[in-house]
Amino acid sequence: MTSLPTIAPTKKLGLVIDLDICVGCHACAVNCKEWNSGGHSAPMTDWNAYSGTESEDGDDAGAWGVWFNRVHTYEAGEGAESRTVHFPRSCLHCEEPACVTVCPTGASYKREEDGIVLVNPDTCIGCKLCSWACPYGAREYDYTDGVMKKCTLCIDKIYNENLEEVDRVPACVSTCPVGARHFGDLGDADSAVSRLVSERGGYDLMPEMGYKPTNKYLPPRPRKVNAGDTGAPTKLEALAAEAADAVPSNAGGSGFLAWVDTMLSR
Amino acid sequence: MHPASSVIFFTTASGAGYGLLFLLGLAGAAGLVPAGLWFGLIGFALAFGLITAGLLASTLHLGRPERAWRAMSQWRSSWLSREGMAAIVTYLPAGIFALGWVLAGEARGFWGVFGILASTGAVVTVICTGMIYASLKTIRQWRHPLVLPGYLLLGLYTGGLWMAMLACAFGGDATTLIWVTVIAGAAAAAVKWTYWSKIDTQIPVTTSGTATGLSGLGRVRMLEGPSTSKNFVMREMGYRVARKHVPKLRTIAVVAGMVVPFALLLVAGAMGTAGGWIPALLAALSGSAGVVVERWLFFAEATHVVTTYYGAEAA
Repeated sequence: MTSLPTIAPTKKLGLVIDLDICVGCHACAVNCKEWNSGGHSAPMTDWNAYSGTESEDGDDAGAWGVWFNRVHTYEAGEGAESRTVHFPRSCLHCEEPACVTVCPTGASYKREEDGIVLVNPDTCIGCKLCSWACPYGAREYDYTDGVMKKCTLCIDKIYNENLEEVDRVPACVSTCPVGARHFGDLGDADSAVSRLVSERGGYDLMPEMGYKPTNKYLPPRPRKVNAGDTGAPTKLEALAAEAADAVPSNAGGSGFLAWVDTMLSR
Repeated sequence: MHPASSVIFFTTASGAGYGLLFLLGLAGAAGLVPAGLWFGLIGFALAFGLITAGLLASTLHLGRPERAWRAMSQWRSSWLSREGMAAIVTYLPAGIFALGWVLAGEARGFWGVFGILASTGAVVTVICTGMIYASLKTIRQWRHPLVLPGYLLLGLYTGGLWMAMLACAFGGDATTLIWVTVIAGAAAAAVKWTYWSKIDTQIPVTTSGTATGLSGLGRVRMLEGPSTSKNFVMREMGYRVARKHVPKLRTIAVVAGMVVPFALLLVAGAMGTAGGWIPALLAALSGSAGVVVERWLFFAEATHVVTTYYGAEAA
């Protein structure tokens, strides 16, 4: 059924991605491909996989394939003030996903229990209309399988009781070497991810589209341009003088060391 | 958007087929054309042929055509599903009406009711086709309010071109049908011309700034893409027509689609049943070619907001 759940899911599983921390290493995208190549939406087909130039399909050169997670790099601002921001992009598991309502077969659906948006590969007819309806480019068509594929939020990992509890998070989250990706229930205002979003001003992508994405992005923190902003002193001379004053002196003391100090200070 | 030839053929062929079915139903029920054997045979062969060829072509666009029947199930939410339903349902009254016309030699009265139903079904189906595009918020050129009128008028117009040919060949009120066709064609040209000038001056709401949420930092542009070669999203949604060709193609669409057919229809009207079907046939062919160019532009000119993640600064 491609109508959205009549009762909006209270549990909203999703990701919070910290653009301040992401270093653009693509590990999340690679581990996503690794896990999902054997998971719910397997295979994640590649074409011309071993060639950078071979033109097998006639119109385009190079290796390409199905990925659920892709890392872009943007530059924002001008000149010395500009920032380089690495930007991982995957399905946002929207609260009002148009990709689901346009589906003519019911293959695309939003789960009532946790809000995850999935494609049933057994009923998808490969019309690609959902990929036209998604503003985020989250859905990628598998030309070999003839069906649409997308991020499952690692549904076969997060509920997998054969795994240690600590490992029951999406592959992209468990692999991130810098801790830029967080997974949790964004429907629960007290969850760690919800608190993170409210503390850091997490935001929606393309809010003007009105699809109410569940995943949130944390903005890069303000740049610290001046040395003083980091807590360091602006001038070293002042520091040196301060430091000299701060050196403990034995002047006024007594005993042998005090006598040495007095003699040397002359 | 990538202009897939199967979808261009589907929308233009079935549009003309439903336009012709609409006119056969109304003109037949109103007694504007004789319910003759040859008129019926050629007319319904053309209408059903165009509709069915279009629908079959649209299944070529599918990755799993053998599952196409599943598309009937989600009419509550999906315009594509509604279109499939409407297309199938329309075959019923259209088939009965065709039988009455061809076998019983009657298109009015009892049989005419099925003609009106077939005409209604034709309109509903084309509305669903147009709404598939007009309902997509992600593509501002398709979300435009003139998209649906464009689909309806071009369907009526191209169907009218075939209907005029039939009336010239097999008798009937060719003059009225030619006028209906010319008026529909002129209206379609006006709608398309207005549409083109509107989409040229639209100010995109979505930018690389809203897409990334980084606009507070300044102008946002892509430094590095996510992949070394074009991926599915870039192939399907990233297609861009060469800007310099657009004005030429628009002119070709209107000249081949409307101007040339109008002139040929004038000749056909003057010749009437004395061989008028030949210029009318040429008018239909030229008009169809023009509408194919129009439909190609409809896809190629459409910019999808996802391109703002891939280097476009607005879409």
